[in-house]
Parts: sequence; C-alpha cells; structure tokens
Amino acid sequence: MTAIPQKTSQALANRSIGSRLSGLLTQESVLALALVIISFAVTIVNPNFLAARNISDILSNSSYIAIAAIGMSLVIISGNIDISIGSLIGLLATIAGRLAIGAEAGGYPEIFAFIIPIVVGVASGALIGFFVAYLHVPAIVVSLGMLSVLKGGLILWTGGEWIYNLPEWFKFAQQRPLGIPAPVYLMISLTIIGAIWMKYSATGRAIYAVGGNREAARLSGISEKRIIMTVFMINGFMVSIAALLFATQFNAIQSTVPSGLELLVITSAVVGGVSILGGTGTVIGSTLGAVLVHVIPAAMIFASISDYWRQAVQGLLILFTVLVDLYRRNQQSYARRK
Amino acid sequence: MQAVKEQPEQQKSRFSETRLGRSLLSQETILLIITIIAITFLATQNERFLTLRNLSREVVLLFEVAVMAMPMTLIIITGGIDLSVGSIFGLSAVVLGFLWQDAGWALEVAIVASLIVGLMCGFLNGIFIVRLGVPPLIMTLATLALFRGMALGVSEARSARGFPEWFTDGIGRGDFLGLPLQVWIIGIAVVVTGVVLARTTFGRSLYAMGNNELAARFAGIPVQRYKLVIYVYSGFMASLAAILFTARVTTTRSDMGTGYELDVIAAVVLGGTSIFGGLGTIWGTVLGLILIQVLKNGLLLAGVRGDATSVLIGIVLILAILINNFIQTRFRSV
Repeated sequence: MTAIPQKTSQALANRSIGSRLSGLLTQESVLALALVIISFAVTIVNPNFLAARNISDILSNSSYIAIAAIGMSLVIISGNIDISIGSLIGLLATIAGRLAIGAEAGGYPEIFAFIIPIVVGVASGALIGFFVAYLHVPAIVVSLGMLSVLKGGLILWTGGEWIYNLPEWFKFAQQRPLGIPAPVYLMISLTIIGAIWMKYSATGRAIYAVGGNREAARLSGISEKRIIMTVFMINGFMVSIAALLFATQFNAIQSTVPSGLELLVITSAVVGGVSILGGTGTVIGSTLGAVLVHVIPAAMIFASISDYWRQAVQGLLILFTVLVDLYRRNQQSYARRK
Repeated sequence: MQAVKEQPEQQKSRFSETRLGRSLLSQETILLIITIIAITFLATQNERFLTLRNLSREVVLLFEVAVMAMPMTLIIITGGIDLSVGSIFGLSAVVLGFLWQDAGWALEVAIVASLIVGLMCGFLNGIFIVRLGVPPLIMTLATLALFRGMALGVSEARSARGFPEWFTDGIGRGDFLGLPLQVWIIGIAVVVTGVVLARTTFGRSLYAMGNNELAARFAGIPVQRYKLVIYVYSGFMASLAAILFTARVTTTRSDMGTGYELDVIAAVVLGGTSIFGGLGTIWGTVLGLILIQVLKNGLLLAGVRGDATSVLIGIVLILAILINNFIQTRFRSV
C-alpha cells in the first residue's frame, strides 16, 4: 500500500505504537499471515492438508482466478469495475475448445486455438474501454450490458452443449513440469511482472493516479482516456489467459457461463486490498487474495465443515477484510492529522 | 463545448431550458416512445396481446423484478447500489421453507419470520454502510455471497414443497377483484414509492444526497437515517417478492433469485436513473420494466429463442445510456 500520501516528518515522529503497528500491517502481510495460520490450524486437525499434492492442487485451482484478478485489480485501481468477465471466460473457453477440435481435424495450425481467444479477449476489453473512456458510459453499466450480451450470445451459439474429445496437446493446464502444475508458473510469473510494472512503469503509476484523482491526473498531463483503454485491454488479456487455463483444466468444456466467477475474481481483488474507491491496491495482494479465497474452502473440507457453508464464509471474509482496511485507514488518517 | 460557437445549437440549448424541452429530451420520453412503438407492433402481431388477461399475466411474470426495482431506484438515486437483493430473495424463500417444513412452524408465522429476515438483511447492509462507511458496492457484494451462502447452508440444497392450498392457489395464483394479487401489490408499490419519491421531503432529500451528500448533510438532512431506511426497504421488498414467488411456483430452493440483482439494476438504469446518483424517477423505472418485458415478449412472438432477449437487453441498455449521454452533453452542458 504505497499510495499513502507522504506524511510530514512531524507526524512521523509523533506516531503512536498503534499506528506504527498498523503501518506494518500491510494487506499483503496480513494475508500471508492469515494463509500461514489457517494452514497451520488445519494441519493440526488433519495432517494431510500440508501434503504437496494438496497444496499444489489448491494453487493450481486458484491460478486462473488469480490471473483474472490481476486484470481486475488494474481495472478497480483505475476507479472502474468489470462485472462481465465471468461471461467472457465462458465465451473464450468455448472458442478455444472449438478451435482446438477444428485444428485437430486439420485446416489450421494448433496455435490458433490459443491465439484467437486472446485476440478476442483483448478486443472485448478494448470495446468496454472505448465505451468507458470515450463515450463516458459508467463501467458498471457497460459491463452489465456486456454480461447480458455475452451470456445470451454464448447459449444461442452453443445451445449449452459441452465440448468433449479435446486433443491431448490442448490440455495445457494439466501439465506438471518439475512436478508443479503449469498454471502455477503462469500465476507466479504474471504476478511478478504485473507487480513490477505497476510499481515502476510510468503507465502503472498513471493508473494509480487516474484512480486516485482523475482530475489531478489529467491536469498533470496524463492521458486519462488512453490509460483507461490500456487498463481494459490488459484486463481482456488477463481474462483470456484465465479462460485458456479454465478451458484446459478438465477433459471437457462446459459451453455456458460459469456462474459467480466475476464475484470470485472481484472478491480476490478486494480481499487482496484493492480499494473499490480506486487508487490503491497491489497485484501481489490480489494474488494472495485469490489463494486465500481457495484455501479457506479447502481448509473447511479438511476440517470436516459442511461445504454448504462455503459461500457464507466467503461473504464473511470479504466483510472482515473490508473492515480491517477501514480500521487501518482511520488509524492512518488519525496519525496524519496529529 | 463547441456549441458556443454555433448559433443553431445555442437555440436548441435554449429550447431545452424550457419546461417542455426538458421533458421532451428526458430519457423517460425516449423510452415511452420506444415502448409505445413496441407495444403497437406486438398488438398488431397478436390480437390477444392487448387483453386484460394477457397484460395481467405479463405483470405477474415481471412481478419479482418490479417489486425489487422500487427500492433499488431510491438506492441508486442516492448514489448507492444493492447487489444483495437476489440473495436476500433466496434466503427469505429458504427460511420460509425451512421454518414451515423442517421446524414445523405454522405457515403464517413462517411468512412473518421470513419478512423479518428480509428486514434484518437490509438493516445489516444499511447499518454497515452508514455507521462504518463501507462503500455500498462492497458491502452488498459481501452480503450477496453471505446471504446466498446462508441460504445454501440452511437448506443444505434440499427444497421445500407441498405448501397448503390457501398459500399456493389463494396467494400465488389467486385473484382479487378480478385481477391477480401481484398486479395489486405492484400497483400499490409503484404508487406509494412514486409519490414518496416525488412529493415528500424524504423523497426529495434522496436526490440531494445523490447529488452532493456533504451538502445534503449540511442542509440538515438526516442522511444516515434516510439511507438506512432505503436499504431496509430493499430487504423487505426482496423478501416480499420471494414469498409471492414461492407461492406461485410452490417450492423453495436455495438458488432462487440468483442474478436477479442484475435484472433489477438493468431495469432501473434503463429507466433513466443515473448510476452516479441524483437523477431518476419511479415512472422511468416502470417504463424500463415494461420495455424489458415487451422485448422478451416480442422476441418470443418472433420465434426467437429466449436467450436472445438477454443479448438484446444488453444492447438496449448500453444504447439507452449512450443516447441519453449524447443528449445531455449536446443540449444541456452548454
């Protein structure tokens, strides 16, 4: 959480122990701590939890959510939101699956099954970005409309038929180089690239600026429209990667929109400390958030808690992190005022 | 804007400042025109469309979304949002089924309890939003998951059925003075909410809060109390809709009402309520609801599959906002 304005030296000198403690409690470290505590607690109840296979399964399952959450973090940091990504993941996964079967039958190279969904994803992001940046339609309305269009369009196109008989080369997400699932490599590398880019590149900083104070960003010479376009296109790219992982994780693709995916992705970003008001948050936080969102239900299963309560726990988790975040902000503004 | 330089545009902007001009250029008027065209088209295609019987059947079909759209309009006018209505809907239905079937309560008592659950859900949203300052989008996103999760947890994915006849036939599919009960309820809800919004201090204050909350507070409006009231109202209406829906379909399931929040918000936004707050009317929301239902009907009549309506509604939603934006910037901001 580096976007906190510079404190005056006097305020720094006067910081109470409480506020110094809350300075240490960045969202990322709280999340990492929570992950360790939960894993530790569950391992006491059921030692199988820490088995390598289980850990790598949890990480693998959270990968595509984490990657989509990277894009979502950028969108939310810029002060926007995208609730259409669940439908987009469904659509892109279906496109990828159909192209893979077409490529297997011959006619075009196999790489098309991966490239074309990415192109469509980025184009869809660009379309949303165009509406938001140039036509000034609020992002929540554009993405609501988009959700409706994609969802209905997908069912019209496929009739809800599943895609079976996927070729072996297509099942990228099931590969395990060096014993670690392939999606985990992607998740970690995209998170690192995203974190460095957001922290050090001019565009990355500009995204924080636009989300923090649009008018100030514009006056300091940042092209706000270009930044919003960029953000939505990156989001489209991340969603397509997520969709490819989603499509290749099983032996079949369900050609409908998986319900509640956008909620899971937004939850990951918010739990990871991305403020819905824009301007603050990190990509590392959102990835940790995505892992936490997956660790908790897994931990519940290992602790023999009924799976029916999983979603309720997720809701409590969002509420809890938001309250912690609010508390911390109050502490900080209190310390600054002193 | 450029219009300063151009003479004809200035004249248009003066026209837009007259009362007639303003009401002609509002999104409600545009919607009304589209709706009338669509209804005329449907009436020519199908002679039975404009019968009282068919129209009241249509109202029953849009009942749940319409009932929840009333408080949603008020909430969006204040600049807030309530994503949890679909989940409150599900939780209320499940609580009703659970108390009646598993806990053995009398159905009348279970109905009251279910309404109280709705009120409490709304209160929980409201109290966190006003007391702790949690942004409505986040608060109701959390409770969207929380309430749906509770519905799943309480019901354990079992469904309740076998409700008594007075409930299913009497309330769910019953008539009152020749019209379905739902038509009366929605009529009362629209009139009451519309009058309260347009004609009372409370209603006008909501606009002030949506335009500038700080200014509204300085003007002595009890902002926190008013906000709490509209979120509680939202919870109550979601619960009411759930009870009537349960009576109509004669069963409860924990996934009932999934995604309703988006239908409700789409209708409200289509009806000209600004997602940024400060603008909107119940009249517009009613038109938005009617237009969506007419579109569904029209496509069905044209033999298009039901899923296509989702595509069309998405496009209409974005177009309506675009046209409205265009008119606003073109004629008003000069």
